[in-house]
Amino acid sequence: GAETQDSKPCHPYLKPKPERLTDYFSQGKNDSEDSGLRFASCQLLWKQINSETEKIQEELNKQLFDNLIRFLRQSHSEFQTKTTEWMCRMKSSEIPTAALVLGVNVTDHDVTFKSLSEVLQDNVTPYVVSLQAKECPGIKHLLQKLMGQLMDCYVDADSSEEEECVNISQKKIRCSMASLSKWYENVTKKTGSETPSKKRTSSSRHWQSPPVVVIFKDMEIISSQHIHEFPLVLIFGIATSPMIIHRLLPHSVSSLLCIELFQSLSCKEHLATVIDKLLLTTQFPFKLSEKVLQVLINIFLYHDFSVQNFIKGFQLSIVEHFYSQPLSVLCCQLLEAKKRVTSLSHNQCENIRSLPSFRRYVESQVSEKQIALLTEDSFLKEVTQTLLEDLHIYHENYFTVLRCLHVFTTSLPKYPLGKQIRELHCACLGKSVWETEEYESAIQLLRMLAKDELVAILQKCAEIFISPSGKQFSNTVEKLEEFLARFQNLEAEANEVQDVSVSSQKELQKKTDLYHLQKTLLALKESKRSKKLTKFEMLRFEVVDFIDSLVRSYLAPAEMQTLNEVVYFNTANTLREHLNAAPRIALHTALNNPYCYLKNQTLKSDVGCISNTAPDICIVYKLHLECGRLINLVDWLEAFSTVVTAVEGTDPEAVATDQVDEIIHARFIRAVSELELLGFIKPSKQKTDHVARLTWGGC
Amino acid sequence: MPNFEHPEYPEATLLHLESMVPCRESQVSSLLSIFGERQHFSFPSIFIYGHTSSGKTYVMQTLLETLELPHVFVNCVECFTSRLLLEEILTELQSLSSENKHGSHMPCDTFNDFVRLFKQEIIIQDLQNQTVYIVLDKAEQLREMEANVLPGFLRLQEMTDRNVTVVFLSEIVWELFRPNTGCLEPFTLYFPDYSIGNLQKILSHYHPPEYSADFYAAYINILLGVFYTVCRDLKELRHLAALNFTKYCEPVVRGEANERDTRRLWKNIESHLKKAMQTVYLREISSSQWERIQQDDGEPGHLKGLSAHAHVELPYYSKFLLIAAYLASYNPARTDKRFFLKHHGKIKKTNFLKKHEKTSNHLLGPKPFPLDRLLAILYSIVDNKVAPTANIFSQITSLVTLQLLTLVGHDDQLDGPKYKCTVSLDFIRAIARTVNFDIIKYLYDFL
Repeated sequence: GAETQDSKPCHPYLKPKPERLTDYFSQGKNDSEDSGLRFASCQLLWKQINSETEKIQEELNKQLFDNLIRFLRQSHSEFQTKTTEWMCRMKSSEIPTAALVLGVNVTDHDVTFKSLSEVLQDNVTPYVVSLQAKECPGIKHLLQKLMGQLMDCYVDADSSEEEECVNISQKKIRCSMASLSKWYENVTKKTGSETPSKKRTSSSRHWQSPPVVVIFKDMEIISSQHIHEFPLVLIFGIATSPMIIHRLLPHSVSSLLCIELFQSLSCKEHLATVIDKLLLTTQFPFKLSEKVLQVLINIFLYHDFSVQNFIKGFQLSIVEHFYSQPLSVLCCQLLEAKKRVTSLSHNQCENIRSLPSFRRYVESQVSEKQIALLTEDSFLKEVTQTLLEDLHIYHENYFTVLRCLHVFTTSLPKYPLGKQIRELHCACLGKSVWETEEYESAIQLLRMLAKDELVAILQKCAEIFISPSGKQFSNTVEKLEEFLARFQNLEAEANEVQDVSVSSQKELQKKTDLYHLQKTLLALKESKRSKKLTKFEMLRFEVVDFIDSLVRSYLAPAEMQTLNEVVYFNTANTLREHLNAAPRIALHTALNNPYCYLKNQTLKSDVGCISNTAPDICIVYKLHLECGRLINLVDWLEAFSTVVTAVEGTDPEAVATDQVDEIIHARFIRAVSELELLGFIKPSKQKTDHVARLTWGGC
Repeated sequence: MPNFEHPEYPEATLLHLESMVPCRESQVSSLLSIFGERQHFSFPSIFIYGHTSSGKTYVMQTLLETLELPHVFVNCVECFTSRLLLEEILTELQSLSSENKHGSHMPCDTFNDFVRLFKQEIIIQDLQNQTVYIVLDKAEQLREMEANVLPGFLRLQEMTDRNVTVVFLSEIVWELFRPNTGCLEPFTLYFPDYSIGNLQKILSHYHPPEYSADFYAAYINILLGVFYTVCRDLKELRHLAALNFTKYCEPVVRGEANERDTRRLWKNIESHLKKAMQTVYLREISSSQWERIQQDDGEPGHLKGLSAHAHVELPYYSKFLLIAAYLASYNPARTDKRFFLKHHGKIKKTNFLKKHEKTSNHLLGPKPFPLDRLLAILYSIVDNKVAPTANIFSQITSLVTLQLLTLVGHDDQLDGPKYKCTVSLDFIRAIARTVNFDIIKYLYDFL
């Protein structure tokens, strides 16, 4: 039915083909301003981002791979150095097995496995076989694949012996463990003497998407007999939990495995790193607006947990931005952008003038300047250059202050502004964060921080501001250091003053939940009017006010910035349509309201009635919506012919008395079978000349 | 005086044989009498069965090798098609006498070919005057092959008209093998399980050279005391014995106790062995990790076993899909109204259901449900509106690949697929807790 056809993932991801894409850019519905340049900068940007993501991936996997490699090296050390004879003889020969827990985001595994086998090939052994469950429906296929990959490896590893290999493969390869073992003997005899240092570990990897694992059962029984001649290491990729090994393999098999567990980084941490390195940086000029980022994050959290898909979505928004926004030509590094401003055409200048953010800017200027901005292109270009610079500076400040605020908010109970920096980022991007309730309560909580915490946080903040990205913050750093020094001084003289505040403060620290805190805070406020504040409290207020002022001056929402449209991609709807497609809804719209897709004026009709000019399938579909679970075909046909004959303007009564026209009958049958093909109905066995509906409700 | 008597073989060989097969003397002597002298025709087929590691393979191998009888030993698991099996037998046969260890490859597609090639090979090898033994280890696999393979092997002597005996080694009884047609009953021989005394004797037999037999026997005694209740597999016990022996020797090596101080040694090892039973034996911790712990003398506590990582992270909607699937699997469909409609009214449990529905659904296991029901439940348990996007549908398929759901019926059934939820109650409760969903309130069994 419709359901299952839909259940296959259908992500219309872009696979850009350069030549075609340039054409696409230039013939877009928007004026073809600078399309070539836009395309070039889009490509350049993506190349940079892509290499950056690969670098991130590599760093994240490094530790895991290092552990794995150490395990692989160790696992067959006995094979080379015979340890105590007796122990060897007595122990049952186990196959070293690494269980790699990778998380449920199966789409990301491909990349991990690919880089893993590359790393293994470089570091451990040339003989790496990668098998996927879906490729090996039976043990025969499995061994065939395994042998094939091994022998190919061999050719790659040592081209001088290529002839030998060709002989082997020309002979019908007998796929059995025995021949595998024989082959190994052959190879090691030769290469062993030439390159004795080469580790003789062959590791085969099974992608254990569970269902097909039954096959591996036998395989492992066999392997153990050959383990002495043939050092084999298995690496299982596990998506759910390692318990699955015990569930799938009987004890007789799992007792032959020497399983060690390796846990990869959780995908949420992975995403956090990716966002941190790609989005929260001024390194790349392109930015995502709050809504777009929200769409991407939602797809990740709600649907697939796949970082790969997140990056693809990011790529799509880049392409879409450069395609749809003519001014995106200015979305590049600042110096380059300034250069490009000077060569903008008149049309592009008009484009700038029509930007909402620019209009706001114009309105805020004095009238002479307004006229100049709207009439003189050269003046406009000058102003644009300074505005672009402002935007750049805004971003530099924004990210630094954002990180600083994040340090503060993560220390709060219940995280009113979110635990992750991406949540804070979203909150700041969308609207003025200081106007929100959450910010209000966060600030109130901050006013209650204990001294140790506050000092630690301030130190972290100072580090952030000192780091190279925050050059313009020398004043702020000074201020922070002054605060720290004053806290130190306080400590010395604290002893006498504390008495009063201690009791109330202790009370505050005891209660962690928001409600009580606020309540006590109100009570405190009351009392504070009458009571004199301690020095510590005064200082704390000062610190919080200072942070508040930083937020107010630097974390203004991006939408308020002039020319933000140049670098921000904000058509979240397009992205949602592409990435989170709703095929059933699309199908329903198409059949229920054909005008939506066909754009034929005659099809425009009210929602309720059935248009007579609509395609047959639409009429049949609309009629079937009014029926119950079982549909009588005769009634359906009659209703159909009534509608259709009304179109042709013949007298309905004359037709009704007659038999239904043959042509109409044929059209009806065709439409019904089309509907069946789409999965809306199916023949029913309960009643003759009835069909069953497969969808319920209006949609 | 040897237990075995046979005119054909010298006494020394028989004595040696006896020392090699402890606790299997009676089986070996009956096999010897069945085999008879070299040139005698023997039974066309012998069927030996017994539990895992009751010494079937070992005894056969030792017997044939010590007496230097011409034989072919094939593991049927390795040869997963009949063609591979037949070719393997022929290749082994080739290499029986000739120096060339790996004989040339003989293509052999059918049993008919096999009989022909077999006869040829016997003549080439000059084995007409001796019984040739073909041992098929793990003979259970033969049942998976073509129907003619098993009867063919049973009648191999008759068909080839040569002096050949086929020996089947299996873990299951002959009754489960018996083919419908062309069956020639084999001689069946049962290898009983080793008793605790037998195990003790066999395990102590292979003591490490640097320690005395008595010392090792005492160790084995302690080991069996701990493990005998859960494990009688000789191989596994031997493996465990080897793994933990160094720990046992520790006090002796350090000079804190002498080899006869059994009580002290027992105190040292007992808790250690119990820990091993909970971890290594269940393969929660691999043996190499266990050895490393022993070397570092650390507690295994810090090393989490496989089952400690049972936690599974899922995307938000996947969690709800799984919860919905669980509800659909364990609640009768007629109760959906009661759980998911706002004004369902009160329905008494006793009158409402048919008799068979009164038994706990959790005892009966998950029931299949159609996709529509899954989605309907999903829409009513998720707070905000869920659009039926492609992502939702693809998540169902990924849950199936993750084996959290299973597809009932054929894969290619496109209309109205049915699923079952395969996760446990504990698992689903953990999942539901992460999304603040009180699943117990929605389960009919816990009403």
